[in-house]
Amino acid sequence: MNKPQPLLAIRGLTKQFGAVEVLKGVDLDLDQGDVVSIIGSSGSGKTTLLRCVNLLEEYQGGDIVLDGETIGYRSVNGRRHRLGDRALSRQRAMTGMVFQSFNLFPHLSAAGNVMLGLRKVLKLPKAEARAIAETWLARVGLAARADHYPSQLSGGQQQRVAIARALAMNPKLVLLDEVTSALDPELVQEVLNTVKGIAEDGATLLIVTHEMRFARDVSSRVVFMEQGRIHEEGPAAEIFGNPKSARLAEFLRNTRH
Amino acid sequence: MEYSLHFGAVWASFDRLLSGLAIGLALAVVAVAIGTVLGLLAAFAAVSPYRPLRSLAGLYVALIRNLPLLVLVLLAYFALPQIGIALDKYQSFAGALALYSGAYLTEVFRAGLLSVPKGVIEAARSIGLTRLQTNVSVVAPIMLRNALPSLGNTFIGMFKDSSIAAAIAVPELTFEARKINVDTFRVIETWTVASGLYIAACVVIAALLRGLERRFPKF
Repeated sequence: MNKPQPLLAIRGLTKQFGAVEVLKGVDLDLDQGDVVSIIGSSGSGKTTLLRCVNLLEEYQGGDIVLDGETIGYRSVNGRRHRLGDRALSRQRAMTGMVFQSFNLFPHLSAAGNVMLGLRKVLKLPKAEARAIAETWLARVGLAARADHYPSQLSGGQQQRVAIARALAMNPKLVLLDEVTSALDPELVQEVLNTVKGIAEDGATLLIVTHEMRFARDVSSRVVFMEQGRIHEEGPAAEIFGNPKSARLAEFLRNTRH
Repeated sequence: MEYSLHFGAVWASFDRLLSGLAIGLALAVVAVAIGTVLGLLAAFAAVSPYRPLRSLAGLYVALIRNLPLLVLVLLAYFALPQIGIALDKYQSFAGALALYSGAYLTEVFRAGLLSVPKGVIEAARSIGLTRLQTNVSVVAPIMLRNALPSLGNTFIGMFKDSSIAAAIAVPELTFEARKINVDTFRVIETWTVASGLYIAACVVIAALLRGLERRFPKF
């Protein structure tokens, strides 16, 4: 029996910043509904990997296939060409991204932040976009804050708006890049609970995180990255309970307090 | 020193000063409106990833900003007709001031563009907005708000520069004041009243812009 095609297939991904090789051949599959956490020390290439999947970074080798479509590049006579702005934008809309520093649009209200993509990218009428925005803001517990501006919201609230903004676009895949790293400690849990909620709703998530307990809790699979490669990967219980490589064991020792 | 103040002669021609003020304001508004469009285009060109666009914007700013406005006005009014482009004095002044303010506004807007956080632009791209949509819906509003204080400065400066139109006999405030001065020999009175009008107009412009800043609070 053939395994169905994965939702996301990363094949032999390589990326250099100048002379520095950041990704040295990464292969990773995600199926529909998977929640995969990427852990590893800073500089291991985790965030760069996410940014490549969202086409915010160019990469030099390998392919990223999302739902059967090779994204970012097309090959003509064996030569890779970066796609044009319009095609890249269409493909970016298939994935949602939540950033470490929230990156809300400061001139738009919470609802306006969620509505912008619905209006401009999905071309929905205003009333419909507003309704979807209100539904998603309610989903992240911010129904009463729809007309607040980002500067009037706490960090945790801003990040939940950012989550609503990403999910309202109904992406095939959501990328979460250290979404609690910029938060005050007492605000971390509300954001993690929100992410857990959307994971339980069946969203496909690729998460870069330093919250080990959370990764263990929420992930169907955990990937340990080290120096631009996937060093070890497996079910959360295996990775945390029974690390095979010495390097992973050492990493876990150093992060667990 | 014997000089007794008699404002009567100036008040008798006050309507001419007022109409001069109105002409100066109108010229400044038209010029700055065109200059704002020029400045916006040139500022986006100046930060664009395409080198030819960047060079074009740089050339525009370097050429125009390094010329005195008076020279630019004289070029537009006296030199352009020599190559077959005949503009009347209003058109040539408004055109010159538009070009001139555009060069200054390019720098104001460029600074505003550099102040837009990169992450916010990435967030817009990540939900699928094209480069153009991102610029229109996200970058421009944030940039304009950040540029508002220095924008006010530039607007006031450009309004005061409308006095240079006197050099090509545009009947704006300075031109009218000089005529009244010559006709009445009331030097102190004439220029005091004219100065008062300039100051009053600038105070009003500044208040309007501050109102705008309050209307759109800082992020």
